[in-house]
Amino acid sequence: MTVETAPASASPAPADQPPRRGLGRRLLDGYLYAGPVTLTVLAFVCGAVVGAVMMVVADPATRSALGYFLAAPGDTFSNGWHAISAGYSALFRGALFNTDSLYSNGGAPIFGPIANTLAYATPLILGGLAVGVAFRAGLFNIGVQGQLIMGAICAGLVGFDVDLPPVIHLVAALLAGIAGGAGWGGLTGWLKARTGAHEVITTIMLNYVALYFLNYLLNVSGFQKPKTNEAVSKPVSGDARLPHLFGANLPVHLDLLIALGAAAGVWWLLTRSTLGFSLRAIGANQNAARTAGMNVERGYLVVMLISGALAGLVGCSQALGARAGGFDNSVDANLGFDAITVALLGQASPWGTVLAGLFFGALNAGRVVMNASTSTPSDVVNVMEAVIVLFIAAPALVRSIFRLRQARGGSRVSALAKGWNG
Amino acid sequence: MSIVPVPGPLARTSATVAGVAALALALAACGSKPGGGGGGSSSSSASSSSSSAAAGGATSSSSSAAAGGGFTACMVLDTGGIDDHSFNQTSWAGMTAARQQNPKISISYVPSQSANDYTPNLNAEVSKGCSTTVAVGGLMADAVKAVAKKNPSKHFAEVDAPSSGPNVYGMQFNTAQGAFLGGYLAAAYSKSGKVATWGGLAIPPVTIYMDGFWEGVQYYNKKNGKHVQVLGWNEKNQKGGSFSQSFTDKNKGKQISQTFVQQGADVLFPVAGGAGEGALSAAQAFGGKVVVMWVDTDGCVSEASYCKYILTSVTKNLSGAVQQYVTQAASGAFPTGNYLGTLANRGTGLASFHDFAGKVPQSLQSQLRQVGLGIATGKIKITSPNQPK
Repeated sequence: MTVETAPASASPAPADQPPRRGLGRRLLDGYLYAGPVTLTVLAFVCGAVVGAVMMVVADPATRSALGYFLAAPGDTFSNGWHAISAGYSALFRGALFNTDSLYSNGGAPIFGPIANTLAYATPLILGGLAVGVAFRAGLFNIGVQGQLIMGAICAGLVGFDVDLPPVIHLVAALLAGIAGGAGWGGLTGWLKARTGAHEVITTIMLNYVALYFLNYLLNVSGFQKPKTNEAVSKPVSGDARLPHLFGANLPVHLDLLIALGAAAGVWWLLTRSTLGFSLRAIGANQNAARTAGMNVERGYLVVMLISGALAGLVGCSQALGARAGGFDNSVDANLGFDAITVALLGQASPWGTVLAGLFFGALNAGRVVMNASTSTPSDVVNVMEAVIVLFIAAPALVRSIFRLRQARGGSRVSALAKGWNG
Repeated sequence: MSIVPVPGPLARTSATVAGVAALALALAACGSKPGGGGGGSSSSSASSSSSSAAAGGATSSSSSAAAGGGFTACMVLDTGGIDDHSFNQTSWAGMTAARQQNPKISISYVPSQSANDYTPNLNAEVSKGCSTTVAVGGLMADAVKAVAKKNPSKHFAEVDAPSSGPNVYGMQFNTAQGAFLGGYLAAAYSKSGKVATWGGLAIPPVTIYMDGFWEGVQYYNKKNGKHVQVLGWNEKNQKGGSFSQSFTDKNKGKQISQTFVQQGADVLFPVAGGAGEGALSAAQAFGGKVVVMWVDTDGCVSEASYCKYILTSVTKNLSGAVQQYVTQAASGAFPTGNYLGTLANRGTGLASFHDFAGKVPQSLQSQLRQVGLGIATGKIKITSPNQPK
């Protein structure tokens, strides 16, 4: 921490003189005493830099130019720069806006990229909320995978095996999915409350149980697609499918609104309700909460029911939306684990999770186009996501890289990352 | 790059930031050099122009491809990736073979991380301007059908699924025919009177092999009055059977194989991609008392170090079918309808015996030819419910 003389100000006084701070100084302080926003932005910067390095390394032209680096170093840099700009511009085109859609309409609607982003983001938001809400009560729910599978099974069963009138059918299927996920999550909460079994262990094991249960069901008539031997479920009947929001050409379903509604609900729960207050108190310090007269065991059960219900909605989003034509045993699509990174990036706050989900959704939608139009492997995006979350979870690392000072007041992120071993 | 506008003091205190910024500046400065100076070797300028075309957007790249008279064949892979030792890899091998034959064809692929990627991947290939898009895996059938319907002027092909529209070419394989021969051979070769098969997952592309194998053994028994037993699968009980639940777990494969050997089996037929390697290492552990029949590709090529334990392989000529499709499409005539790989068109069959050429008697080899002829002409009926219709 070197002390610098402020360049513009007239007084050569030490830097921590409290009154009369100029705009530049205030900006600098805002940066140096990194708040959560600064830290997040810097984590993104780190992720982008690592991504750029990987794009360069993965680019065949750059690698071959590196072979004769001393003869013509310019080639290495120009090829590397092309790889980076091609990669990031393709990410942008896939995630937000493709300029081609202005000139031709070869199957590329203007809102296509945004719609893809939203479609990828929706289950991530719901899953991130599921992890995040458990998180605030001090529980680490790794079981979103299993809970969403149970949700998908229940939603699917109602969707293709029960005959109901149009709107009621969809609502019933959604409720079944929520119930399936909540039941599976509640089981973990009940085990924790009654026996003290660690939720990390029970959720991991229940993930396996749910997955193999689905494997079994996929070969049982009544669940399996008829007239086939494929391990694929029946297609969900038309009136139990989540309707498209913006026409059949854009893959945005009603589950986007459900996800936003769920975010609002979780926000209300955590910040405005008595239950949410006691959940947060349990998360902050369960002993103190118990001393204060709160029922910690009931809190565990309730929060896992809520978390599981949200995970069940992820299952609905898959079974009644993206995979309504019949789902196989990959219905979880790794969403259960991506949800953890989303919750971390969103710092377990509902609206932060929405933003984080949108961001990861955009990366996923961009990844597809980047893959198709450049030689950059899609793993680059996965590494970028991982790096960003790594830096978010370890703010001290970001501070030491960018030589920042300790934040004023505690950071919730680091507390979260440490609070998981209880 | 949001670092750069931060005022002075930081730049000196943070060496890392300065380094990153300097690198970025250096990259930006040199980016313009080769274009203006025209220097550098020819290969580098060619590659940089191609990557800038990709950066410029799909319109420019597709129009330049059209102007050059090139043919772009794109492939959407299923989950598992390009190096899965299985259908993704062999399908892609067909693409590279087609390009070798005709260098004007440019090829590319995109992997799918999950089934949620199918439709976005297909759409990305369409808007990229691919001349044809080849989808790998029957699970993608619904997505291909929908995307092909929305883009009636584009051409698609599908591996392991039937055609689902006028602009979709289906490629399927009746590997039960090849496996039938394999079952016959295994039954004849077995000294213990017990042969075994196990699969990766109970899905049709797997169980069709096991059906064919089972039927081949039954046919051998009927013709020769023998009672060779099949462990691990019975066509009449499609819900039973032994499965490793994985196409990659070699240890699980070895475990299952050892169990079968302990039950007396001396010919193993694993239908499980890379997990099947477990059967090879089991054969090695038993010192060659047990032989393995490989699946999909010629095992003496893909698993060369184990060749002395491989009796033969039941092949599925995915790469040949893909190569044929791409080559034909590049010549301007897109094939339509369905391709069905059979013994007759060498879409499936037995590979060479390699090290076992001397151990399979001539009489048995001619019997196999007879059985193959019987299947091809329809005299021998294969009853597997998993055959493509």
